[in-house]
Amino acid sequence: MNEIDRNIINHMQNDFPVCETPFAVMAEQLNLDEEVLIKHVQALLDDGTLSRFGPLYNIEKLGGKYCLVAMSVPQHDIESVIEVVNSYPEVAHNYERDHDFNIWFVLAAETISEIEDVLAKIETKTSYKTYDMPKLDEFYVGLKFDV
Amino acid sequence: MQLVVDNSKNKNIIDSIDQRLIASIQNGLPISDRPYAEIANQLELSEKEVIDRISNLRETGFIKRFGVVVRHHELGYKENAMIVWDIPDNLVHSIADKIKSYPFITLCYRRARQLPEWQYNLYCMIHGKSRNEVMLLLNEMLNNNNWHNYTYDVLFSKRRFKQSAANYISK
Repeated sequence: MNEIDRNIINHMQNDFPVCETPFAVMAEQLNLDEEVLIKHVQALLDDGTLSRFGPLYNIEKLGGKYCLVAMSVPQHDIESVIEVVNSYPEVAHNYERDHDFNIWFVLAAETISEIEDVLAKIETKTSYKTYDMPKLDEFYVGLKFDV
Repeated sequence: MQLVVDNSKNKNIIDSIDQRLIASIQNGLPISDRPYAEIANQLELSEKEVIDRISNLRETGFIKRFGVVVRHHELGYKENAMIVWDIPDNLVHSIADKIKSYPFITLCYRRARQLPEWQYNLYCMIHGKSRNEVMLLLNEMLNNNNWHNYTYDVLFSKRRFKQSAANYISK
């Protein structure tokens, strides 16, 4: 990764300017030409280093529902359960983790009843229990990565 | 058509124009020299109104972060550990304050327990380039604060299946 890309990643994860020519403002801060900055951001998106360029919303505040769900599945059934879980578009991401509770996924939907509906279907199809881990307090969401 | 902007509007309430705006940029901003003008064109708003509304969404916290979203795995952060703790309810806030002060912590949440199977109520995340690096950071935090008495568990990720922006906002 070159210096320009590193600078983009380290300095553009939060405060992208909101004004008529935001790339020009950002480029000045990074000591680059606007055109060069635009090209590099596009290239980082194209090669998959960036998943997105834009807002990260507070889903709860927007009225959407978001929940973390865990399952404890024996190793011999894990592939089929993962396949079922991943088949629902409401599943934002899904991790297999090294633990008895080995499947952890996040569901995002417009209403609680949609979430309950997906969980009920997963339980019926897999015959394993889902554990909803509702969020009570959010202390910190940094998720900022330096390169 | 003349748009009347109601300046008395409660900034913490989003209206139907905000909703259209939120939906239109949920998968990303245009990469061009005038991105907000492009959005304005699509939504038949003025550039100034788009800028004002996005600024307001940021100030009021509807938008938590605004910029590039990296795939951490592709950047070499191949290991992520979810560390879960069983902390007495009355101590959760003070311990969370300490946890989040460490620069290597990327998330910190309190969640409901699921007794009897799941006793943990405080979650934090450490991303690192190796499991060894993550464990060194965790041990540093445990030692500095004398937290060895609390029950905790470390759940390293083995495989990741999806990492997408969920489309929870209907267009």
